[in-house]
Amino acid sequence: MSVDETTVRRVARLARIAVADHEVPKLATELAAILAFVEELSELNVEGVPPMTSVIPTALTLREDVVNDGEDAEKVLANAPAREADFFVVPKVVE
Amino acid sequence: MSGPLDLTFAEARKAMKAGEISPSELTRAYVEAAEQGRGLNAYVLETPEIALVRAKASDDRMVKGEAGALEGLPLGVKDLFCTTGVRTTACSKILGDFTPPYESHVTDLMRRAGAVMLGKLNNDEFAMGSANETSCFGPPVNPWRRSGSDAKMVAGGSSGGSAAAVAAKLCLGATATDTGGSIRQPAAFTGTVGIKPTYGRCSRWGIVAFASSLDQAGPIARDVRDAAIMLGAMAGHDPRDSTSVDRAVPDYEAAVGRSVKGLRIGLPREYRVDGMPAEIDALWTRGAEALKAAGAEIVDISLPHTKYALPAYYIVAPAEASSNLARYDGVRYGARVPGRDITEMYENTRAAGFGPEVRRRIMIGAYVLSAGYYDAYYVRAQQVRTLIKRDFETVFADGVDAILTPATPSAAFGIGEKADASPVEMYLNDVFTVTVNMAGLPGIAVPAGLSSEGLPLALQLVGRPFDEETLFAAGSVIEQAAGGPISPERWW
Repeated sequence: MSVDETTVRRVARLARIAVADHEVPKLATELAAILAFVEELSELNVEGVPPMTSVIPTALTLREDVVNDGEDAEKVLANAPAREADFFVVPKVVE
Repeated sequence: MSGPLDLTFAEARKAMKAGEISPSELTRAYVEAAEQGRGLNAYVLETPEIALVRAKASDDRMVKGEAGALEGLPLGVKDLFCTTGVRTTACSKILGDFTPPYESHVTDLMRRAGAVMLGKLNNDEFAMGSANETSCFGPPVNPWRRSGSDAKMVAGGSSGGSAAAVAAKLCLGATATDTGGSIRQPAAFTGTVGIKPTYGRCSRWGIVAFASSLDQAGPIARDVRDAAIMLGAMAGHDPRDSTSVDRAVPDYEAAVGRSVKGLRIGLPREYRVDGMPAEIDALWTRGAEALKAAGAEIVDISLPHTKYALPAYYIVAPAEASSNLARYDGVRYGARVPGRDITEMYENTRAAGFGPEVRRRIMIGAYVLSAGYYDAYYVRAQQVRTLIKRDFETVFADGVDAILTPATPSAAFGIGEKADASPVEMYLNDVFTVTVNMAGLPGIAVPAGLSSEGLPLALQLVGRPFDEETLFAAGSVIEQAAGGPISPERWW
């Protein structure tokens, strides 16, 4: 299983992680090794086997449709790297 | 000479009830031990002020006869558990000085039961690692060393700080989490007892998420009894975690010392892996003999899909991690690195904030979930997971009560000794533990002897869903056969 540099850059973009040019070849090798390792699964016949969705069967419970938390902007914003009034501040996203 | 630090919690509980020692006195001894043990790098944050205030409240409850199940227990908390007003980092730079305004359900339950928090303990960054060498605070040091050597050994991972602190008596018990072996492998490396309960037994609410379908909290403790007492206080239903089960918590402590007569213990032949050291094999045989001598029946069993568990895990866990860790974007909390636009800000923040192993796993996760690969990787891995779970269901249906395996393929190795190992080689540390997470079952690691180099070795017992009691009963037999709890010689 080989991973080319274009793939590394595409995956890094999907993951929103900046990758410097000099890191790309090493990452390509490492990702290829991990993908080769998991490739072992392809030898198994999984025809008709349901994919696992819940390891321990649990029924989702219902609760009253009422507000039970919230209205606490101070706590929500307490760890913000940048804030103005009751808002998180991010770089401009709309021209 | 023995002092207050040498008491197990069960012993300390008795001494506190008899008025021989107060929670404050016990806590002060541990606060001092934690200070003196700083060279082990087990704590990433000590909270002595909080500890002493809570210990004082414990003194009062003790006097009034209102002691909780963990009253006066000096507790270390893995830095993956959110703690109100106390910095929580998951040992990642990306969380910066994040100070949660809320408490994880598990630590809240323990606090209500009277436990006294001494501080936050080291772990692999976001619990991703098997040697605790990926922490942004550097690795904790195992208090155990090879005979005649002063080389520093890893404490295992990801709960390496929890294991090192309990083994070195820098706390009396610790919280930990286990996604692929992160409680059991460090417990094995440090001669402590660690149990990963059945998936759903403990609430995940307020614990920094790694792979949500695999993550479970559990204790690392000095002995089997202490582990049982602690798990009893950590378990319980929490409506804020929809996978937390609404099921009564048994009296786990009562199961310690319960007879194993007539139990059927399975030895899975697939766990006799190529290249397994002879001393691990011998340890396993001795463990089986101890259970047999106590009246259990030992049976040969097969778990045919065992070898696929680790590759399937390295699809499922990174996939879930890539999704869970998408929240670290430099907007709502943690560190932020600026960029020309918002996408570049995300990318710069995440490149600077995540270490190499976390970056690798997020990228693998993004790859296996991406368009065109999802069915070939992720869906297939979840199908394999169904097969792994069926293997266990089959042997349990055949009347097997618990499964005995080695906990790890080797004893602890030196810090930095595996620096040149590939990521995949490091992943093999979890070969015996990861199947248990894939199947959602409970697993306990119990010290069972020392290696030829004088390092602890452990056995693992795996049980039926929600049958932690059998693990405590059988674990206690292994512990006693090995001569009881073990402690390293103090050198730090």
